[in-house]
Amino acid sequence: MEASTISQKMPVAAARPLAAVRRYVGRWGLIVALLALPVYYGVRDLTHGYQVGLNAHGQPIVRHDLTHLGFNLVAGLSNGSIWALIAMGYTLVYGIIELINFAHGDVFMIGSFVSVGLWATFGLGLATGALGLVGGLLATLVIAMLVCGSLNVLIERVGYRPLRGAPKLAPLITAVGFSFILQNVGLLWHGGSPVGVNDLLRENDTVFRISGVIVHRADLLAFAVAIPLVFGLTWFIANTRAGRAMRATAQDPEAARLMGINVNSTISLTFMLGGMLAGAAGLVYALYETNIWYFQGFDAGLIAFTAAVMGGIGNVAGAVLGGLIIGCIQQLSDSRLGPQWTPAVVFGYLIIVMVLRPRGLLGEETREAG
Amino acid sequence: MSDEPTPLGGPDAPRSEVTVERGRRGDSAVPQDATVARPGEPGGGSGFGELRAQLTEWRDAVEQRLPPWWSRALAGALIVAGIVLPFFFTQTSGFLEATLISLAYVVMALGLNVVVGFAGLLDLGYVAFYAIGAYCMGWFASDFFFKTRVHVLVSGVASSEIGIHLNFILILIAAGLICAVAGMLIGLPTLRLRSDYIAIVTLAFGEIIGVVAVNGTSVHVGGGQTLTAGNLGITAIDPPYFPGIGEFNSLKLRPWYWLIYAIMLLVLFVNLRLRDSRQGRAWIALREDEVAAVSMGIPAVRTKLMAYAMGATFGGMAGAFLGAYYTVIDADYFAFSFSIFVLAMIIVGGLGSIWGAVLGALLLSYINYYLIPDVLNTLPQKFGLNFDVSQLSFGVFGFLLVLVMVLRPQGLFPERRRRMELTAEIAPQDSELAEPPA
Repeated sequence: MEASTISQKMPVAAARPLAAVRRYVGRWGLIVALLALPVYYGVRDLTHGYQVGLNAHGQPIVRHDLTHLGFNLVAGLSNGSIWALIAMGYTLVYGIIELINFAHGDVFMIGSFVSVGLWATFGLGLATGALGLVGGLLATLVIAMLVCGSLNVLIERVGYRPLRGAPKLAPLITAVGFSFILQNVGLLWHGGSPVGVNDLLRENDTVFRISGVIVHRADLLAFAVAIPLVFGLTWFIANTRAGRAMRATAQDPEAARLMGINVNSTISLTFMLGGMLAGAAGLVYALYETNIWYFQGFDAGLIAFTAAVMGGIGNVAGAVLGGLIIGCIQQLSDSRLGPQWTPAVVFGYLIIVMVLRPRGLLGEETREAG
Repeated sequence: MSDEPTPLGGPDAPRSEVTVERGRRGDSAVPQDATVARPGEPGGGSGFGELRAQLTEWRDAVEQRLPPWWSRALAGALIVAGIVLPFFFTQTSGFLEATLISLAYVVMALGLNVVVGFAGLLDLGYVAFYAIGAYCMGWFASDFFFKTRVHVLVSGVASSEIGIHLNFILILIAAGLICAVAGMLIGLPTLRLRSDYIAIVTLAFGEIIGVVAVNGTSVHVGGGQTLTAGNLGITAIDPPYFPGIGEFNSLKLRPWYWLIYAIMLLVLFVNLRLRDSRQGRAWIALREDEVAAVSMGIPAVRTKLMAYAMGATFGGMAGAFLGAYYTVIDADYFAFSFSIFVLAMIIVGGLGSIWGAVLGALLLSYINYYLIPDVLNTLPQKFGLNFDVSQLSFGVFGFLLVLVMVLRPQGLFPERRRRMELTAEIAPQDSELAEPPA
């Protein structure tokens, strides 16, 4: 009798504190966790100050304001908008066929490589005039998007469509296989170490300052490409016939098929859109970081995937929000803790999100997330 | 006890699975085509189903003719073949080296198979246990902790050095235990989550462990002692030493082979017994339907944590062995691609199938450590091409993964239960149930 009461009580006792914590720590707890890093460093900058260099006598110059934090956040938002573009591809694909498309990051990498290759084709260099530069980059953007979109559609057609009815892990493995293949393509294309590319836009030039916070050309570029694409995609999904078909397929492929939607071409369209966004991100990344290498897609893929999950996977607005947040966390961690710790910080946040709110910031309650 | 048919546990079904599959593969395309084209058999269009039925019939016929002790005899023969295998190769042969690394990967794959295959918890951070196991070897069998002097059952050379030096077996046990605890810790946040979300959390943990391993040089444990040696690697790991046998030597591969072979057999035996135990059935029940399993009284939390712990233990043991074999614990080994490599092994082999995990691990690690570097590498020169295949190893590996999955998504040697589901042997009964009685 004694033993049975104990064994019955054990799981209840173990579950109760967790449940209580969970009740109080909902969405707000997560937001507090996300704000912890910027608030902590902001307060620290104000109270302890930060060093901005050495004066003429070799003494450190210490300032007590929020400029450093502001700089981190601007860089974070612009970097995050690249992650947002990639994350939208993850979230679209996951939303429609519930597959973690591991090859997506490498499609993005191919986008960078194609863009850099096209610059040479178009003869874009440091000496190119402003008009030629804008025209050439726009053409590059369009071609890179088309190439990456088609590549993504091809991968879906060859690797995922034959496995629609297969165990869920099978397409995951083909995705990994395609990721390896694309990485190998990148390796043969530009070799095994990062390659510097022409800084076409002179990205570190200051455009303007907002109370001491410098906004670089690179930041503006990232926003200028990402914002129209985000709004364009949102509009497309919300208002067009094809977008409605995508939403219907995501909700229930079988019912969508019964309603006369061509599920296969809808899924292809989703991969096309995801790939196009990855291609755009690839061009922006090449201009932004001014170096490319075959492994960039892997890191970017993991970060963007984290962003998609953080925002609520399957939710496009969530992916954008997640991308921006991850960008800020990343920049803060890069400049305060050192870039070598950044992956650990980002993934630590991912685990916090998963523990506190598995469905993500904007995601809906699903069976999977419990 | 006489009902126990095989020494390797459980009904002889899995064993027949392997041999029959192997026989089927050995037949290759030609006799199969011959079967389809045989006159008198209707329907060339549905030849695949016919072929399958024919093969099943043959399998049953073969099984009936075999004496009842054949599976036991086959197991014994395979074990002996494994023991004598190194005598056919020189002590330093590349094939032997590839084989012993493959066996370590078999141990890893068997461990991951417990988590992913049995319990259905998709773990993308398995590299964490490789790292922890290898670091156990690095910490407890080298002069890394230079402030201490601890020696337990080690060879004369090692016992005069600074640092902690424990016997190989002790470290193996320690690595298993530490990994079991780590596995449960990693499992805790995933308990409420399902499938893909578990994958994400475990992936994150694996990455964090990797980052900590690389940056361990800046984590100070106290008194100038760092946590890891990062990319420099903890070097000069003591080779395994057994009293009476002596110390292992990196130029003589046979003892290494037998060591990992013994570990592999132990883990395989434990795995087979686990699968047919109450615990194993609880894992499979949870995988199939968590709600139903819990309502039948299976403690979900304990069962899942047990799966994580068991999987982690095996991974840690293999990691410790590989650490000792490579004689350096370099943080660069612990990359995400390792987790994917091991996961690919069990999926290619057939998820949840022990023999699938064994053969998938052998297949993929032979491809990676023998076929691509040793065999394919010399191929272009034979055709007079100046071309380095090792640059293509990624792509070849990825291509093979895609090919295997597209052609055979259930894996090469699927688990019996899953094969029954996939070949729709149950489906007719369902439809009968759905039909209203006439």
